[in-house]
Amino acid sequence: MTPTYYLLLSALLFSIGAVGVLVRRNAIVVFMCIELMLNSVNLTLVTFARINGALDGQVIAFFVMVVAAAEVVVGLAIIMSIFRTRRTASVDDANLLKY
Amino acid sequence: MTELPTVEVASGITSLAWLLFVLPAAGSLILFVAGRRANTWGHWLGVLTVVASFALGLAIFFQTIGMSADQRTTEVHLFDWIAVAGLKVDFGLRLDPLSLTFVLLITGVGSLIHIYSVGYMSHDPGRRRFFAQLNLFVAAMLILVLGNNFVMLYLGWEGVGLASYLLIGFYQDRPSAATAAKKAFLMNRVGDVGLALAIFLLWTNLGTVQYTDVFERIGQVSPGTVVAITVLLLLGACGKSGQFPLQAWLPDAMEGPTPVSALIHAATMVTAGVYLIARTNPIYNLTESGRLVVALIGTITLLIGAIIGCAYDDIKKVLAYSTVSQIGYMILAVGLGPIGYALGIAHLLAHGFFKAGLFLGAGSVMHAMDDNVDMRRYGGLWRKMPITFVTFGLGYLALIGFPFLSGYFTKDAIIEAAFTAPGWQGWVFGLTASVAAGLTAFYMTRLMIMTFFGEKRWEELETSDGGHYHPHESPLSMTVPMIILAFGSVLAGFLLTNGKALATWLAPSLGELREAEGGALPHSVTPWLVLALSALGVLVAYLVVGRRPTPVERPERVSLPVRAARRDLYANAINEAVIARPGTWLSRFLVFVDNRGVDGVVNGTAALFGGSSGRLRRLQTGFVRSYALSMLGGTVLVAAALLVVRFS
Repeated sequence: MTPTYYLLLSALLFSIGAVGVLVRRNAIVVFMCIELMLNSVNLTLVTFARINGALDGQVIAFFVMVVAAAEVVVGLAIIMSIFRTRRTASVDDANLLKY
Repeated sequence: MTELPTVEVASGITSLAWLLFVLPAAGSLILFVAGRRANTWGHWLGVLTVVASFALGLAIFFQTIGMSADQRTTEVHLFDWIAVAGLKVDFGLRLDPLSLTFVLLITGVGSLIHIYSVGYMSHDPGRRRFFAQLNLFVAAMLILVLGNNFVMLYLGWEGVGLASYLLIGFYQDRPSAATAAKKAFLMNRVGDVGLALAIFLLWTNLGTVQYTDVFERIGQVSPGTVVAITVLLLLGACGKSGQFPLQAWLPDAMEGPTPVSALIHAATMVTAGVYLIARTNPIYNLTESGRLVVALIGTITLLIGAIIGCAYDDIKKVLAYSTVSQIGYMILAVGLGPIGYALGIAHLLAHGFFKAGLFLGAGSVMHAMDDNVDMRRYGGLWRKMPITFVTFGLGYLALIGFPFLSGYFTKDAIIEAAFTAPGWQGWVFGLTASVAAGLTAFYMTRLMIMTFFGEKRWEELETSDGGHYHPHESPLSMTVPMIILAFGSVLAGFLLTNGKALATWLAPSLGELREAEGGALPHSVTPWLVLALSALGVLVAYLVVGRRPTPVERPERVSLPVRAARRDLYANAINEAVIARPGTWLSRFLVFVDNRGVDGVVNGTAALFGGSSGRLRRLQTGFVRSYALSMLGGTVLVAAALLVVRFS
């Protein structure tokens, strides 16, 4: 089995996620892009675990999933409260914390 | 080396000796704290404490005189003052003939001057403050002479310095008084540094500052160190006693009220230097060269004082320079060693009487003449104020050494002893002292003639507020002390020197007075030489001042020596050029370095960080996406760097 295709897919997903984080304004979409990046990393981890025949990579992938779930909980709560006060979910509008 | 006396523990009334200085100190404290409430009775409290102190001093004196000579040195231990590792300082008193003599002089003359001040200051709103400060002075001076170690001496030394500063600047609204007070304080400080260094040297070499231990073990110190200690002690004495090169503050100190000039700047405080050298005589006995320096300083000063005294028109300044000159005689005497210690103290006591009397007389004249001090405005006052004239005249005769008055016995003894110094010293010391005696006769006669004889120059003049002068005799509270001091001026010299009374009494403290032998001039000639020179001085003064009218305005076209003397022989100019101006330059330079250099570095650093962070904070835009971009860029950079390192 060659990892090339898996890795290419992973890199593609990561790039899509990164660009999405940088260019999209909607906080929900930015969030989904972050999930995309995390899952592309998971794909890479699983790929290498399979190649090396060790379980370490898969274990780490599970850890990433748990962290991502927790992060979603906290992040969505923040986004909800921002939306309630400002009536918008655009990340560019929440710019009060600056110089 | 002289035999040191054994020290006894105080008994009887001597154990109450602490009251001597506690009484005036308490009086001073009460007057300072009570404030305006004490205005009506404060001056009497001030008088009472000093008189009580004097009575106690007399009682102790009579008890001591009843003991045998080797029991007359007693110590009273009050408490441990400073006790830290290696340094132990008692708060203890040493009562011996020397300190008792000073106690009687300080409290005796002090009592008279306190009484005089009640009258003299009666119109002054600050009279209570005046008495508080005068009491403070008496207390500090008593601590100075009574302490049984060098640190207590230093405590009193600084205390009298403070009191002197306060009293010179008593007329706070006069800028000249404030300047004079500052000048006195600063010049005294120069001397005090010398005294402090001498004490440090004693402590590092001997590990003690108690008189008894120091005098017992001073022989173990190397000769070079002993010379250093004596010179430093002399520097201290020069500061306090107005000796060359620190003499310039004393005439300016006359800005204070006249009783202060009489008590502090003539009779007592300025003689502290003489006391210091006499007290430390076991140290001075060890070093020939140390004593020579002392005698030289005394000789220079007595001549300087006498020369400048001839040129001034300010009655108090003439007396001030006379004081400088007379203390020069005392310093010369104690610089002569065992043949001179007791003579110096004898002259000090006699001088305390007649100079205090002269100053009180001058104060009485000023009181009559609307506080004017210019002798050119006086004249013919003897008929208007007979008591002042007679008492002043007796003080004058005592000062110029008129036969059988105080100065005749005490000053001539010093000049006689000066002639016996070995080699060239005998000629230099003896002749200078004799010539200065002639000058003394000249300036004092000039002062007498200008003040009490001649035309009444004040009749055509107006006072500063436009009225006329009405000279009048002073009230009883002022004349009685003058009369008592006049008796002292007449009798003190005879009583002190008759049968060597004082020298025998002081022997336990100063060692036996050794008879001066040999020397440049035979002993039978010296008194006649001094008498002839003094008579010449009087005669010249009569011819120059007495026979022609004195101009009211000071003549400006005068010979070079007079011009130099009027400018204090350029003492102030020299101080200004050598010390003050370089000091000013140095401090200006240091201020510049501080402002530009030290502050520049500190402020520059702050400005650098402030400016750069002001620019850097613009990076915090508040846009989440730009932060994300920089995080991505940073991560890419780190990853790229790792790859380059790994695969290159």
